[in-house]
Formats: sequence, structure tokens, C-alpha cells
Amino acid sequence: MLDDFLVRAGLAAVGLSLATGPLGSFVVWRRMAYFGDATAHAAVLGVALALATDLPIGIGTLTVALAMAVTVAGLSARGWAMDTTLGVLAHSALAFGLVAVSFFPAVRTDLSSYLFGDILAVSRPDLALVWAGSLAVLALMAWRWQRLLTATLSEDLAHAAGINPDRERLVLTIALALVVAVALKIVGALLIAAMLIIPAATARSLARTPEAMALLAIAVGALSGLGGLALSLWQDTPTGPSIIVIAATLFALSTAWRRA
Amino acid sequence: MPELPGAGMSLLSADHVCVRFGADEVLHDISLKIDPGEIVTILGPNGSGKSTLLRALLGIVPVAEGRILREAGLRVGYVPQKLTVDRTMPITVRRFLSLPTRVTDHAAAEALARVGMAGQEREQMTTLSGGQLQRVLLARALLGKPQLLMLDEPTSGLDQLGEAAFYRLIEEVRAETGAAVLMISHDLHVVMAASDRVICLNGHICCEGTPRVVSTAPEYRALFGLGTQGALALYRHEHDHDHEDGHPHHHHHHHEHDHA
Repeated sequence: MLDDFLVRAGLAAVGLSLATGPLGSFVVWRRMAYFGDATAHAAVLGVALALATDLPIGIGTLTVALAMAVTVAGLSARGWAMDTTLGVLAHSALAFGLVAVSFFPAVRTDLSSYLFGDILAVSRPDLALVWAGSLAVLALMAWRWQRLLTATLSEDLAHAAGINPDRERLVLTIALALVVAVALKIVGALLIAAMLIIPAATARSLARTPEAMALLAIAVGALSGLGGLALSLWQDTPTGPSIIVIAATLFALSTAWRRA
Repeated sequence: MPELPGAGMSLLSADHVCVRFGADEVLHDISLKIDPGEIVTILGPNGSGKSTLLRALLGIVPVAEGRILREAGLRVGYVPQKLTVDRTMPITVRRFLSLPTRVTDHAAAEALARVGMAGQEREQMTTLSGGQLQRVLLARALLGKPQLLMLDEPTSGLDQLGEAAFYRLIEEVRAETGAAVLMISHDLHVVMAASDRVICLNGHICCEGTPRVVSTAPEYRALFGLGTQGALALYRHEHDHDHEDGHPHHHHHHHEHDHA
């Protein structure tokens, strides 16, 4: 069954949503959208680093994404104007990454697969990596769920209950870097943030509790993945963007449903 | 007024505590203690460090010098000044009460009934009025069966009626549960009527004692100046029938006759 590239692609999309649903919900609640962008864009630099050092691509992207996420989290804790700082970091990381990658002719030819993903080329090891990474993120968030939620609602309430909000922020930072590393192959650096935000925003309209929102975001993410795959096959469109097109359509429908 | 229990039984005490933000010494040489069952109010002008003191006692803000001692296993219920629930987070009152410690439906219903919010479990937190939100925050604090309730300007968002009702609620809770209460207030006369002991703060402790003692202390006079003479005079007028140094007609409060 896994021999079929379509089955592998579908499973990869579903696996990724397991992580992007809950994490994306936190990205929305904590207004970390730009933060996600900066981390995702840094992944391209990670590709260049991996090629330069002959390390697996996943290790390179994970390292650079983690470095970027920790940097951003550190700056925000020190009270930098996040809007500007993140704007500078996100776009610089992307630009540096693109320039660095251009030194490797092999990548130059399929640069778009790193920018927009290449889910149809997901191999068995890729698939294993996606599921392992996603399940790790899911497990991490399930373990810290109550603390993460409390710290997100109010840092003071968290403190008073013996929860360290900085530690919970670090948990989200690590989860974000993991998701970026895992999602690069599927939706690409430019659209990872969309995969985090759009399903969660869609779920927001329909949910009454944080848990319902996270679960619905998983469902919307999986549906977008499978729908995008179908759209891509049917119309021969690029798969990564097709997934986001479906997600955006579901988002529009959910807001309409809410108003109705 | 209940007798204050003897020394050595304090739930919480500060021993020569200093708090600094950078080079700024915000709190200087603070020593105080809270005994079981008493209602203590910290009173001070803006910027006097009263919120910082509460946060230091809670362990949110580190102390630069001195010690904060808590009775072993002390259960503290904390009610923050306000809670801003981001509109992107769907969360019901019921779900909120289970953060960070999960509680049974029965306990949640009981706590809501206690604060006059019976049957409001399914309301979204974002739709509550200021007074309702304060009550839910109090209910959540009560669920931990606190020996000490700490409230940071709990009525700052409420109108006069709501404020009086909230302080009555606090007194009822104290009477029922025997919990000590430590609160911060900027409102002189209502608080004075509701407190066993008042601590007057302006970076250091200016004076402390029963409301009556404090209201006649020269330090207190100097701290609050002419602007509060009306409220002060009113307090003395209604509780002491002592006009000698009050200025009942020199006041800014148009609502002082409805709290008696």
C-alpha cells in the first residue's frame, strides 16, 4: 500500500495535521503568526547548511529553525518591538537562505520544492519522519496541555499556580521548530505558517473550547491535505499551494457558516 | 473585628523584603504578615509598588533582599486585576475553572453558585461583563480551597454597586471558609469598611493598623493628600462621627453615600 506515492502523500498530509492542529491553535491564540513565518523561512537556510556540511536535510532545517525560534523567543522576552524584529528576521532568513542555496547547483534546479513543498515525492523514510515528528509534537503538547493553556491565558495566573510561563514558551518554540523541519518537504517553507494558522482559524469559528478547536484544526488540516492532493491531481496544480487553497476555502466557508 | 491570632501562626510573611527593577528600588524594607482569617488591604497611590508587592508575595517577582515565608503547603487563591481572554480562544466558563487543575462538574457548579454565577458554565469567557469575569476568577480561586486569597484591585473594572457587592462577597467567603484575604485597593472608603487591617504603602510601609488607626495617621494623610479628604472624611463621618479634621464638602466622589 505504501508503494503508491499517492497513499504516502495522503498519509504524510494527515500525519502533519496531527501536529499543526494543536500547535497552530497556540500560534493563533498567542498571536505568533509572524513567529511561525520567521522560523519557517529560516528552514531554507537550514537546507543550505545541510548541503554544505553533508548532513541530512532534516537535521539542517531542525537546527536552523530551532536557532531562529530560540532567538525570536529570547528577543520577545527582552521586550523588542516584535512586529519589526520578526519582519526583519523572517525575510532576512529567507533571503540569506536563497542566496546560500544558490551556491549548490543541484538544489537550484528544484528550489521550488523547498519553497512550496513536494508532497508527491515523499518517500517511505520521509513518511516515517513526518509521523515520528508529528507524534512527538502531539505528545509534547498533550503532556503540557493544561500548563500551556494556563500560561497562554495569563502569565500571572500561571506563575501563581507554580507554572513557569518561560518554560511553556520554550515548549512551543521547540514544537514549532520540529513542525517546520517536518513540514518543509510537504508544504514548503513559504506555506508552513499557512498550514499552522488557516486550519486553526477555521476551527475557531466552530469551536467552544480550546480542545475542540485543536481537534477541529487537525480535521481541517487533514481534509485540506487530502483535498489539495486531489485538486493537484485533477488540475495538475502544484500540491503545496493547492493544499492551502483548500484550507483557505474551508476557512471562508467556516466564517460564512458562523455568520449564517 | 476578629482578634488577630498570635505571632508564629502567620500564613505568609515578608521579612525585610526589597524589590528592585534594575537600579530602581521599587519596594524598600517591607515586613508584614498575614494571619489566618484576617482581611488585610494594601493601600497606596499609583506607582507605590502595591501590585509589585502582591506579585512578590506570590513569587512572580523575585526579591532582591529579604525573605518571603509561606506556611508549609499553603494554598493560595489568586485573583488577578483583570484577565484578557484573546478573542481567538474559545473557552467556556466551565473549561476555565479547570485550569490548571481539573475539577469535577459538581465542584465547578458549587463554586459558581457561591459567587452568584450559578448555571453559567456554558458561557464563553469573552462574553462576560467585568463583574461576571471577576466572579468567575474568584470562583476559580476558591476551587483550590485556599487558606489565603490574594486579590489585585479586584474591583477596578466595576461600578460602585458592583464593587460593594464584590466586597460583600469577599466577606461572606471569609466567614464561610475562614480564608485569610490579602487585597490591593485604590478605593479608600469601601475598603476601609471591609478590612480588618490596612497597610499603607508608598515604596515602603508608611503605616499600618486598623482602618481607624490608619485613617488618622499623619503618614497616611501626607500620602493621600487633599484629594482623598472627601472619602476619608466620609469614612470618619459615618463610622466615627468625628468631624474635627475632615472636610466633608471637599470631595471628588459623587457616590459616597451609597455604601453604608
